[in-house]
Amino acid sequence: MANNISDNIGPKRLVVGAHYGLRDWMAQRFTAIIMAVYTVILLVCFLTAHDFSYGGWAGMFAAQWFKLATFVTFLALFYHVWVGMRDIWMDYIKPVGIRISLQVATIVWLIACAGYAAQIIWRA
Amino acid sequence: MSEAPKKSKKEFRNIHVTQLALYRLPLAGVISILHRISGALMFLLLPVVLYLLDQSLLSEGTFEYFKGITSNWFVKLVLLALSWAYLQHFCGGIRHLVMDTHVGLDKVSARQSSVAVLAVSLPLTALVALKLFGAF
Repeated sequence: MANNISDNIGPKRLVVGAHYGLRDWMAQRFTAIIMAVYTVILLVCFLTAHDFSYGGWAGMFAAQWFKLATFVTFLALFYHVWVGMRDIWMDYIKPVGIRISLQVATIVWLIACAGYAAQIIWRA
Repeated sequence: MSEAPKKSKKEFRNIHVTQLALYRLPLAGVISILHRISGALMFLLLPVVLYLLDQSLLSEGTFEYFKGITSNWFVKLVLLALSWAYLQHFCGGIRHLVMDTHVGLDKVSARQSSVAVLAVSLPLTALVALKLFGAF
């Protein structure tokens, strides 16, 4: 075990638990950028739209590129939500049993949401 | 060297939940906790968003139904809360991304960017509120 602090730096660093969080930290940033880009796409579509009826709305979601962009953004969102909720559970929920239950429930819930999102996007 | 003058300011160490209201958080700290609150709120409202998207896209009939639900005042309040959460999280998120590049990390700039986040997110939320409740 790395009891001495000088044994726990650089390549000798003890990496345990959530991979020191770097992977999730990176994922949180890149998924954020994907969602921000999609927000800009939505904003441009909204500002250049003329048809605000069902036809215009459904027509926007009929294009394959828009379906894919929406789905990718949803997946980015769910990964982002996982990182954020994991942080919240880790910060405020101390009993390990309750924490892991909430974390598992979050993952299951988000995967279910991903299924629902795919159904919404590709049903029409 | 003489000792620094004793301040009467209350010291907080490992504060208890009951002391939260007494603790004067710096503005950057307020933005930080708002980021968390708005994120958690959007997580809770995720099924609402998916359900509304579903109804709006399914058919012309469900689109009308969607318009019906969203004209209810309570649903409008929920949508307003969601819009605030989105705008707050978006602006705070941009601030985070900028700070990740080691820009504006000192105390003064961090406070200034916190002011900027609120100066963008709150008026935009007010604009959404006016639009939702039919001011224009």
